[in-house]
Amino acid sequence: MTLDVTKIRKDFPIFLRTIRDGKKLIYLDSGATSQKPQVVIDAEVDFYKLHNAAAHRGAHQLAEEATELFEESREIVAKFLGADAREIVFTKGATESLNLLAYSFSNAEPDSRFAIGPEHTIVVSEMEHHANLIPWQQLAKRSGATLKWFSVTSDGRLDESNIDSLITDKTKIVAITQQSNVLGTINNLDQIIKKAHSVGAIVIVDACQSVPHIPVDVRKLGADFLTFSGHKALGPTGVGVLWGSYELLNDLPPFLFGGSMIENVTMTDATWAEAPKKFEAGVPNMAQVVGLGAALKYLENIGMDSIHQHEEELTSYLLTELQKIDGIAIVGPLDSSMRGGIVSFTVEGIHPHDLGQYLDSSGIAVRTGHHCAWPLTRALGVPATTRASLYLYNDHSDIDALVAGVKDAKKYFGQ
Amino acid sequence: MELDNLYQEVILDHYKHPENKGLTAEYDAQVHHINPSCGDEITLNVTLDGSMVKSVSWDGLGCSISQASVSIMSGLMIGKDIAEAQIVFDNFVELMQSKGSGNPDESILEDAVALAGVSQYPARIKCALLGWMAFKDASVQAQK
Repeated sequence: MTLDVTKIRKDFPIFLRTIRDGKKLIYLDSGATSQKPQVVIDAEVDFYKLHNAAAHRGAHQLAEEATELFEESREIVAKFLGADAREIVFTKGATESLNLLAYSFSNAEPDSRFAIGPEHTIVVSEMEHHANLIPWQQLAKRSGATLKWFSVTSDGRLDESNIDSLITDKTKIVAITQQSNVLGTINNLDQIIKKAHSVGAIVIVDACQSVPHIPVDVRKLGADFLTFSGHKALGPTGVGVLWGSYELLNDLPPFLFGGSMIENVTMTDATWAEAPKKFEAGVPNMAQVVGLGAALKYLENIGMDSIHQHEEELTSYLLTELQKIDGIAIVGPLDSSMRGGIVSFTVEGIHPHDLGQYLDSSGIAVRTGHHCAWPLTRALGVPATTRASLYLYNDHSDIDALVAGVKDAKKYFGQ
Repeated sequence: MELDNLYQEVILDHYKHPENKGLTAEYDAQVHHINPSCGDEITLNVTLDGSMVKSVSWDGLGCSISQASVSIMSGLMIGKDIAEAQIVFDNFVELMQSKGSGNPDESILEDAVALAGVSQYPARIKCALLGWMAFKDASVQAQK
């Protein structure tokens, strides 16, 4: 094993509790949200206990400390992504980040590089989470632009065969996921980013399932915007990150208006602060931002390369063991290269909701349903799937428990 | 096993051998309901004869709880007067909201009492209610 999971688990107090009358918690739902290490909980608690004040406001020591901790977190996030601190916008989550972008495009002046109209296209993929589909679908409706999308191959990979007809000189936005939350597929976005930039399109990457699990360097990736949610990366809920290249962030009009995001205000007009402040209206989620800083430091200490390697080993084991069970169909790539620790599957004759319920009775937490990617599950021809998703605190025994649970469920439901 | 409270034999029987599944060609009202949290879908036809429920037929995809529940419901409603059907419906909804402490009237709910355990699992209540809500919707439309 690449990681010392026994030691890591001790950092996560949730593993001390039991589930459904004394059963050990087997947490395989980190794709939905990750568990939190004590250092993250402490960072949040300490902020409230010791430093609570409104950041960027107030002429007092607490306000100074709050501001300092808040901005320290921005530095931590920037370092984690290989970015510059002024390129990091704190949002409430990736969903808000993506809506922020979509509405900021709507707010652009007609002569702006962001202005979008009926002559333009927006390109997404069929494997997008609803959060990276609906904002663009609705922007297309508002602006009259046309929504186009990459399909998914039968083995769960992105079908790039028609890239030249999808991304054309009419394309304004390409919004695409780096890792599917259903299939586990990691998309190599090099070709798409290169093509998009060659036609002057802006590339927005949904990195919710990638940033917490694999090393991501925004400069190497070369996209224009990237977002992830803190709570999937061991951080608190209610905080997300929007990274954008500074030049673009500076040109992009704001979405939410209010305190802190201004340069000057009169009764009839206002001008904006520089990025990232321009996009951070109102008193921010300070304790959560500070908690996210602690989470990313924790991840960095363990090492993103090690985490990725650990998950690759476990995923390979999970894929092998699941396929030994009769009646199992895995939805997504069967090989573990360019694949994250998310495995969705169906079991013949057992609805995922029933399987999930059975597993829960054994203390095993999985997700069931369409995983907020309904068009994808429809395209795959499955009404719903069961999804196991892994993280640094999972080990082989969790997978053995899942496999045993699925076998028992088959007996229970008479399959 | 605690899970057996949820998956009563009656439920698994209805799941494997659903009643009134397969849509009738003719109907007074047809509805299509979706459970957006899990993607379960149902299409349900209702035909009335005066104020009597003459037929209920349905087709759908879903978990054992949703499929068994609609199967049981269809059998209960056929042949009942709309006013009686409403009483059964109200009793069932009340049972689902009881958080496990319901005292269902078996003379009204018959096989549907087997679904009492669902009320202890908040995430599954919508599964059990999917077909019932579809019936309510369709029967209102059929009366128009």
